Amino acid sequence: MDTPFCDDVQIRVKDLRIAFGNKEVLHGITFDVPKHEIFAIIGPAQSGKSSLLRCLNRTLEFVADARATGLVEIDGEDVRKVRSVYELRRKVGMVAPLPVGLPLSIYDNVAFAPRSAGLHDRQELDTLVQHCLEQAALWDEVKDRLDSLGTKLSGGQQQRLTIARALSHQPSILCLDEFSIAIDPVTTMRIEDVLKELRKEMTIILVTNLVQQARRLAQRTMFLWNGEIVEQGPSEKIFSEHPTSQKTYDYVHGILGNEASLKRGTQASSPIARKTFRPGRFESAAGAAHSSHCDARFKPVVRGFPCAQASVNEYQAR
Amino acid sequence: MDQEVLELPQTARPGPAKEPGRTALARARSRRQWELGFETALEWLIRLCGISAILFVFGIFAFVLREGASFLFSSKFSLTQFLFSIEWYPTSMSNVRYGVLALIVGTGSVTILAMVIAVPFGLGAAIFLSEFCGGRLKETLKIVIELLAAIPSVVWGFIGISVMNPVIQTVFRVPVGLNVMNGATLLALMSVPIMVSIGEDALKAVPDSYREAALAMGATRWQTITRVLLPAAKNGLLAAVLLGVGRAVGETMAVLMATGHAVKIPHSVFDPVRTLTATIAAELGEASVGSSHYQVLFIIGILLFSITFVVNLSADLIVKGVRKG
Amino acid sequence: MFTETPFGKYKRRSELLARCVLGGMVAAMIIPLFLIVGYLVKEAWPLLSLNFLFTNPTGGMRHGGIWSALLGTLYLVTLSLLIAAPIGVMAAVYLNEYARDSWLTRVINLAVVNLAGVPSIVHALFGLGAFVLFAGMGRSILAASLTLAIMTMPVIIASTKEALSAVPLSFREACWNVGASRWQTIRGIVLPNSISGILTGVILQVSRTAGETAPIMFTGAVFFKKIEAGNPLAYSIWDQCMALSMHLFTITTQVTDAPHALPFATAVVLLATVLVVNTISIALRMYLRSRKRW
Repeated sequence: MDTPFCDDVQIRVKDLRIAFGNKEVLHGITFDVPKHEIFAIIGPAQSGKSSLLRCLNRTLEFVADARATGLVEIDGEDVRKVRSVYELRRKVGMVAPLPVGLPLSIYDNVAFAPRSAGLHDRQELDTLVQHCLEQAALWDEVKDRLDSLGTKLSGGQQQRLTIARALSHQPSILCLDEFSIAIDPVTTMRIEDVLKELRKEMTIILVTNLVQQARRLAQRTMFLWNGEIVEQGPSEKIFSEHPTSQKTYDYVHGILGNEASLKRGTQASSPIARKTFRPGRFESAAGAAHSSHCDARFKPVVRGFPCAQASVNEYQAR
Repeated sequence: MDQEVLELPQTARPGPAKEPGRTALARARSRRQWELGFETALEWLIRLCGISAILFVFGIFAFVLREGASFLFSSKFSLTQFLFSIEWYPTSMSNVRYGVLALIVGTGSVTILAMVIAVPFGLGAAIFLSEFCGGRLKETLKIVIELLAAIPSVVWGFIGISVMNPVIQTVFRVPVGLNVMNGATLLALMSVPIMVSIGEDALKAVPDSYREAALAMGATRWQTITRVLLPAAKNGLLAAVLLGVGRAVGETMAVLMATGHAVKIPHSVFDPVRTLTATIAAELGEASVGSSHYQVLFIIGILLFSITFVVNLSADLIVKGVRKG
Repeated sequence: MFTETPFGKYKRRSELLARCVLGGMVAAMIIPLFLIVGYLVKEAWPLLSLNFLFTNPTGGMRHGGIWSALLGTLYLVTLSLLIAAPIGVMAAVYLNEYARDSWLTRVINLAVVNLAGVPSIVHALFGLGAFVLFAGMGRSILAASLTLAIMTMPVIIASTKEALSAVPLSFREACWNVGASRWQTIRGIVLPNSISGILTGVILQVSRTAGETAPIMFTGAVFFKKIEAGNPLAYSIWDQCMALSMHLFTITTQVTDAPHALPFATAVVLLATVLVVNTISIALRMYLRSRKRW
């Protein structure tokens, strides 16, 4: 876990409430995101994490019955009062959960955003496309076939293409919404390396279900539960043995949401759970729920990817 | 460890390769402003086109009403006499009467007989295509039915005169072959494609789990269809029939050519009749512009517009109910 | 493996019966149609030739060909689609891409559905009242084309909307996320990937426009008009014109002692035009379905 580079706040959110129709999804949350940091938002499904990201670049407006109140400031400017909403969206890069390759050539996929911004010079587009694809760790695989259709790439390649597309308009904030749910662990790790590099240039907000991913990457983490912030702060604190809230500990250790444990009450203080918790070892694509059932009988395997299991362990050991 | 990065000023970005992209984007911003203006104008044009559909519907009603309005609201016109009298003598020298009941009955009789023929065949074909047919046969049949739908109504009218006329005369041994039967057969053949395509959509929308459940209980195919699928798809099938009715009521050329020219209430299916649509088409050319005959024809047009409006509206509401539920 | 139970036998027979009855119904519709078309072609055969297409009708339309009618139909179809297609496509773009879910959108959709169901003779009355009389165009190709355009527009709107909604929402969201405006998204992704569906719908309207008689009867088509044979620019938009569908109607109902084959030949030419255009549209649709880009 690196220390933050600087303390200036890039994003400030104050009392944000989001409602879909009559149902309120986010109940007034407040947090700051400093610059050049990887900021993780963890929490179970339906806790409003994706809607929160969509508020940042104002694409929540495209959802039919969504309403958002509160203040969102990026670089000190209220997002609702910017001069051009398209400039705002170019400042915030967004990566969706499911990989999307636009039905254009790979070159046009990455050049789409600069062309929409008005850049048409062929030379500069070439440089930009190459640079973005290199940053997204996709260049070597596609440099000979930049004219082939973006939709024909594999899932992992399409997700990297999406990242290249997000980088092509040079955002100062990159938002990733559960980017790894539809791709294999090897590509996930490559993208995580990319994110660690990108941190030098921009702020990264990472919404993820994978608790260990947050632990690996983020400097600060925020835990959302049922539309409210349970805890936010430096990652070391959140993933340690003594976070501020018991709920955080339970969620990180996969105990929260387990009916049996809810009946048993504060089972987390049991010595068994503490002793056998080993960071990151029993990660599976289905989430951190496995990590609590840690005696020898329940050694989960990263299904279908035996070689990936080895490389995951090796990665953790670094 | 990361000393060199800590020393960077906060807003600058490292890396020489980034610089060309940055300044290029800044230059592009001004061109983009110009493009934005063009886009806003284009978007207003698109909005205008969107609203135009409403304008056209109102326009049709308004202009048709306009031509018939002065007679419609004058004292010489009585709505009850118009709708309920069978005496249609627009060109009489002495006693001009405008009663369209015979015409309404004409339209009604042809439409009802056409539906009596078309509904079993149309629904039967829809069931056949959806349940008993697969792959290439289905594709081929669908294409043939689509081509059936494309035949223009004047060609159907011609078929009515040249083919159906002698056939009806010989098969049913009646003196005149241009009658309700002729028109109804043509209308049936014209409405069947709509019924088949929408009916097949409705049957396709019934989930496979219904079919599988019926099969699991040992039902025969026919029982599955009559007791499970038809009730489940009844909204869509009803909409299909209504749309077929709408098409039949609004049809002009085929009935003009094939139903004969008698403005009387028919006593059998082999009597000639005249429909509302055929009356307008046949007499508009002879009525002088602005005369009361001319205006009454426009009023008949308003009547037709209202009938088809109601039929199509109900079909659309039912179809929307199908798509949602 | 298993001996067939009586119930199984009953089931099999019942299914066979159902299949035969329903298949018979389908055949009862289709086979007579083929027979009729065959009969038409047989009766028309003596007169069908290229010459028939390119010479004018003569002798009170009892002899000669159908050139003037063919050219008139060509003019009407081209002009009406030139008017209807852009407006219809833009209206569909508005309804699918821009319109929010409000009462206005619902009213517009309702209007489109109702416009599609208006009888063709009411379109003729509208054309007469609005274009011929009110706008002062008189009976002309222009007035008739405008009437035909209003008739085909709702169908173009419906088929374009269907083509546009076949493009998945995820593509549009990906474009919005990188700061593209709605129009840039439409122009860059949505339209290029739905243009094939749009084109198919427009081509289908070609055949419909060619076959319609009632809307043009009182707005611009005439019984007879003499024009130069073989000249594709013989009409002007302020002229009245002959049309293939109108020609068939007049020959069948109003020309006495025409040679037996003449109305059949006209009918066959009209039918052939319509069927060929529709087949092109269907073939195009099948070809494009096989070339999906995602």
